[in-house]
Amino acid sequence: MAKLVTSLNIPAPDDFYETLIRAHEGLSDEDSAAFNARLILVLANHIGDPEVLGEALEAARKPSR
Amino acid sequence: MLQDRYTLAFRLYPYQRSADQDAPAPVRHPVVVGGCGPIGLAMALDLGRQGIPVLVLDDHEGIGMGSRAICFSKRALEIADRYGCGEAMLDKGVVWNVGKVFHDDRQVFEFNLLPEQGHKFPAFINLQQPYFERFLFEQIEAERARGAPIEIRGRNRIDAVEDMGDHVVLTVTTPDGPYTLEAQWLMACDGANSPIRAMLGLDFEGRVFQDSFLIADIKMTSASFPTERWFWFEPWFKSGASTLLHRQPDDVWRVDFQIGWDVDRKEEMKPENIRRRLDAMLGADVEYEIVWSSIYTFQCRRMRRFTHGRVIFAGDSAHQVSPFGARGANSGMQDIDNLGWKLGLVITGQAPEALVDSYNEERVHGADENILNSTRATDFITPKSKTSHIYRNAVLDLAETLPFARSLVNSGRLSVPCTYDGLSLNGPDQLPGGPARSRTGSACPDAPLGESFLLDRLGNGFVILTIDAEAPDSIEEDGIAARRLALTVKEDPTGALAARYLGAARSAVYLIRPDQHVAARWEKYDDAALRAALRKACGKD
Repeated sequence: MAKLVTSLNIPAPDDFYETLIRAHEGLSDEDSAAFNARLILVLANHIGDPEVLGEALEAARKPSR
Repeated sequence: MLQDRYTLAFRLYPYQRSADQDAPAPVRHPVVVGGCGPIGLAMALDLGRQGIPVLVLDDHEGIGMGSRAICFSKRALEIADRYGCGEAMLDKGVVWNVGKVFHDDRQVFEFNLLPEQGHKFPAFINLQQPYFERFLFEQIEAERARGAPIEIRGRNRIDAVEDMGDHVVLTVTTPDGPYTLEAQWLMACDGANSPIRAMLGLDFEGRVFQDSFLIADIKMTSASFPTERWFWFEPWFKSGASTLLHRQPDDVWRVDFQIGWDVDRKEEMKPENIRRRLDAMLGADVEYEIVWSSIYTFQCRRMRRFTHGRVIFAGDSAHQVSPFGARGANSGMQDIDNLGWKLGLVITGQAPEALVDSYNEERVHGADENILNSTRATDFITPKSKTSHIYRNAVLDLAETLPFARSLVNSGRLSVPCTYDGLSLNGPDQLPGGPARSRTGSACPDAPLGESFLLDRLGNGFVILTIDAEAPDSIEEDGIAARRLALTVKEDPTGALAARYLGAARSAVYLIRPDQHVAARWEKYDDAALRAALRKACGKD
């Protein structure tokens, strides 16, 4: 993991988390999943760097227990 | 008739017939406090120490059983210390710094509050609420011995309140029957279900959370845990949707199980059912005794206004939060800290009544911050939808390996005093390079001063704190005095004073309020500017 930022990079994490959860309010489970997919695509495009995106995909894989 | 609503831990103020009950006409008191819990006791102490006569009425004769609020913050202890009883609380309390967060059977991460050095008080102590109240009561006794005009009447229940504009008329029930009292000011410190609020028909708006929590205070006889705060999300032992373990004095442990909304309270409170949850958690071979147990639900809400004419609400009667973050009793102590000096100046005619309005402005600001933080923690601990549950568990999964996710884990953002940014009493903030933490509106951070601490030296009145700056030893502006506390970085071996009050500045002049909040600050002393700030801080603008 060389380029992916894993330390806190969001200035007000609690504000962000509340906004994120609020954005899902009133959505069905299916609509929430679709919302998440669109959100990830938008963020991925913003990041752009294939190396970072590759590391992010790796980081999100659930650790095997 | 008077009936006990709870059992007492300490019987401290047995009913005694007072002369007021036999007076031909209702006796008028400057301040009557309704409710002798921690907030009512603190109010009595604050006013009594100023020499303002204060009468506290309570429908019981002492302090109720049950540990209840167990987590007291640095700021609450600093306030108690200004009243003279902070050290006794610290001596009895359990100091903790390490917290562990678990999900299912895994430790997600561990944190250390890593308290900053150079403060008289730690970030938190755990102390059963009855002890906290008893220390306040003992301080009242000590102040009374020195002549402080404080009276507490047990088994005096306020049954009717009538606002007469410039005073309040109270009907009080006692074992000898009712009598009538008048109060120039009535302080409603009568708790979350405030009867005074109900008598006045006032609003109380916000969110009710549909969950219940089972508290068990236990004394372990065959095992022990470290002095740490342990929090489980969805614990493997299935005793609750979340579980909290925390140490109290006297080798008592607080265990808190989140048990859901649709529970049969009577059934859950049966000892064998409480034991079933505890045994699953601790293991069947651990022996313990249940000291106290209770089921609670909570709300995050507040009154629209905390002041209604001559009736002022403080503590839980004015605002309620979830317990996550220890923002209940701690914020009530800050209410009293904020109000005490203001009410004192108004009653003695040194400041206009408008000063009391600033209590409403500043403490509503504080309550909103506490409600926001405790609501967020509650939403994280008890997710309300499938999606928010998935996100919550994703945060916990990532937190094991990715540091950023630990910042999102929210099992309670622990209480810190709010800063009165941009509010009416604030004077200028004109210290270029000054640290943000001591900006105008903030509670003064403590700092070591040789054998003593800064907050000890600030005391109770207005203070002109100078660091390597000139200023008169005292000033008086329109009847309000401010005395100087002159400090220098030459006597600051740890550098804490400079770091907390100078930053990049070479000198500083702070005007500090009696509640130890910064009213204004500059680089150098300017007589006209300081006097203007002092007037403003007293509501005279």
